[in-house]
Amino acid sequence: MVKKTKSLNLNFGPQHPAAHGVLRLILELDGEVVEKADPHIGLLHRGTEKLIEQKTYTQALPYFDRLDYVAPMNQEHAFALAAEKLLKIEVPIRAKYIRVIFCEIGRILSHILNVTTQALDVGALTPSLWGFEERETLMTFYERASGSRLHANYFRTGGVHQDIPIKLVDDIEKFCKSFPKIIDDLEGLLTDNRIFKQRNVEIGVVSKQEALDHSFSGVMLRGSGVPWDLRRSQPYEIYNELDFKIPIGKNGDCYDRYLCRIEEMRESVKIILQCIERLPKGPVKSIDGKISPPNRDDLKQSMEALIHHFKLFTEGYRVPKGDVYTAVEAPKGEFGVYLISDGSNKPYRCKIRAPGFSHLQAMDYLIRGHMLADVPAVLGSLDIVFGEVDR
Amino acid sequence: MEFYNFKKKLEEKEPYKGNMIDNLKKLETYLNSELSIKIQNSLIENNELLIEVDQKDLVQVIQFLKSDDKCKFRQLIDIAGVDYPSDENRFELVYLFLSHENNNRIKLSIKFKINQIINSITKIFPSANWMEREVFDMYGIKFKNHPDLRRILTDYGFKGHPLRKDFPLTGFNEVRYSEKEKKVVYEPVKLEQNYRNFDFESPWEGTSYLKEIKKKEIDGKKN
Repeated sequence: MVKKTKSLNLNFGPQHPAAHGVLRLILELDGEVVEKADPHIGLLHRGTEKLIEQKTYTQALPYFDRLDYVAPMNQEHAFALAAEKLLKIEVPIRAKYIRVIFCEIGRILSHILNVTTQALDVGALTPSLWGFEERETLMTFYERASGSRLHANYFRTGGVHQDIPIKLVDDIEKFCKSFPKIIDDLEGLLTDNRIFKQRNVEIGVVSKQEALDHSFSGVMLRGSGVPWDLRRSQPYEIYNELDFKIPIGKNGDCYDRYLCRIEEMRESVKIILQCIERLPKGPVKSIDGKISPPNRDDLKQSMEALIHHFKLFTEGYRVPKGDVYTAVEAPKGEFGVYLISDGSNKPYRCKIRAPGFSHLQAMDYLIRGHMLADVPAVLGSLDIVFGEVDR
Repeated sequence: MEFYNFKKKLEEKEPYKGNMIDNLKKLETYLNSELSIKIQNSLIENNELLIEVDQKDLVQVIQFLKSDDKCKFRQLIDIAGVDYPSDENRFELVYLFLSHENNNRIKLSIKFKINQIINSITKIFPSANWMEREVFDMYGIKFKNHPDLRRILTDYGFKGHPLRKDFPLTGFNEVRYSEKEKKVVYEPVKLEQNYRNFDFESPWEGTSYLKEIKKKEIDGKKN
């Protein structure tokens, strides 16, 4: 008599602490081995792209904070670059430096969260407690520059909203001096940790070819040994003038990706220190009065400034007809904005390319044949944030 | 004190962009010679190359872009749907590709009528799976030979295609938890006040570049 085996269906999430948000994963199990994974996404879908079509360019920017809410300014950056490319305006040099500083802070923010929560998923509690303390400090920097810890709304087309206080630069520098020690501590807890390695080494292996076929980007691609970083290969802002390295993995497993993230944090610290050292003086937003609003002093003195202010905050600025695709190296990978303008003050179409979307899509391929307990480890190393996957 | 010269052009400061444009021009001529009939139109705008093809040739052209030695567009970045309700060919799909080897990007667009079924490219790029599902969900565009064409981002049992221009921003249904029925219930959207869309666009004035553009358009029409 032939014994019939029946696979077990398991519903993982949408309310599961290791799902990193609202992911519903339908798993088909044979014993403890995963045969198939079907991610159901969209539980955090807010219709960002539809909303942006109804808003002026200035009003559309804050929506980008709410995509990958772990590193908000990196997202804003992509949109600001897209609008600038269509408008063909140049950003003042000081604004470029400030943008890079805050993008790298965003990268550290995101990597701390990812590394420590992934460790939490595989059983290490302490890293997250240590890491989140640093994240708190970094978010204070966000607050001091923009007024809010998370939804910064700081970047503008043509620069940044306002100049940063002098004291803030010193504090960021102080942080950068002390932070490598924290990374060492985190590494001390994890890198050679037997349990951590057992849970991550040779789990979720991605080959070079598969990484390309599945549209991976960022650490997911570099972890598999593809030397590709938009900051180096298609440099934007001032990245081509800075000295930093791109860490590349060898085996393409969860452990290599973890190592890449740790190294990237160290490089980010270097980038921030270089920027602080060179930070030039000058304006922080485009002086074109038709695009960036006048400062408050002018508003009291000049009629023209008042008119500009009124026009910018009601009508907004119009963007010439055309379409552009701009991408930035966000902490999670290539974050892109495909913007179509019809010449009016609102985007005609704004397609957001979220790195997490492609990464999560490969979940089925990554997890097939692994044990159930590896699901959180792989999911953690994909670095998924549902704000951007669902949009 | 150091001030930056705003007039400075992007190309002067970033030499790699100059190279990029040269490469794109070379690529454009190469593609036009190789795929001559299949390419309906090609143009370089804002340092980006866009080629338009007929939807019948889509799979062939993409296969060529991926496998040809001079193109090597091995990565599909995204598929973006666009809706132009007033056009005869209502929908446009823009495929964005990236080549790591040549450090190039290309945009490929197809325009087609409503109800047209498009060939899926999941065989060439496995990552197109979810991207096509998203386009199907948002625009209702159907794909032939797609392994699993389901909705992806919207709610279970959702009706309509939200990114079409004729879909209202407020949607049709809203959900709330009903204390009486002890479950989440769907109801038609009730708004205290209608969604107000202010049109602030001034017909009298635009910035200088817009005036230039308008001038060009008028001149173009005269010619």
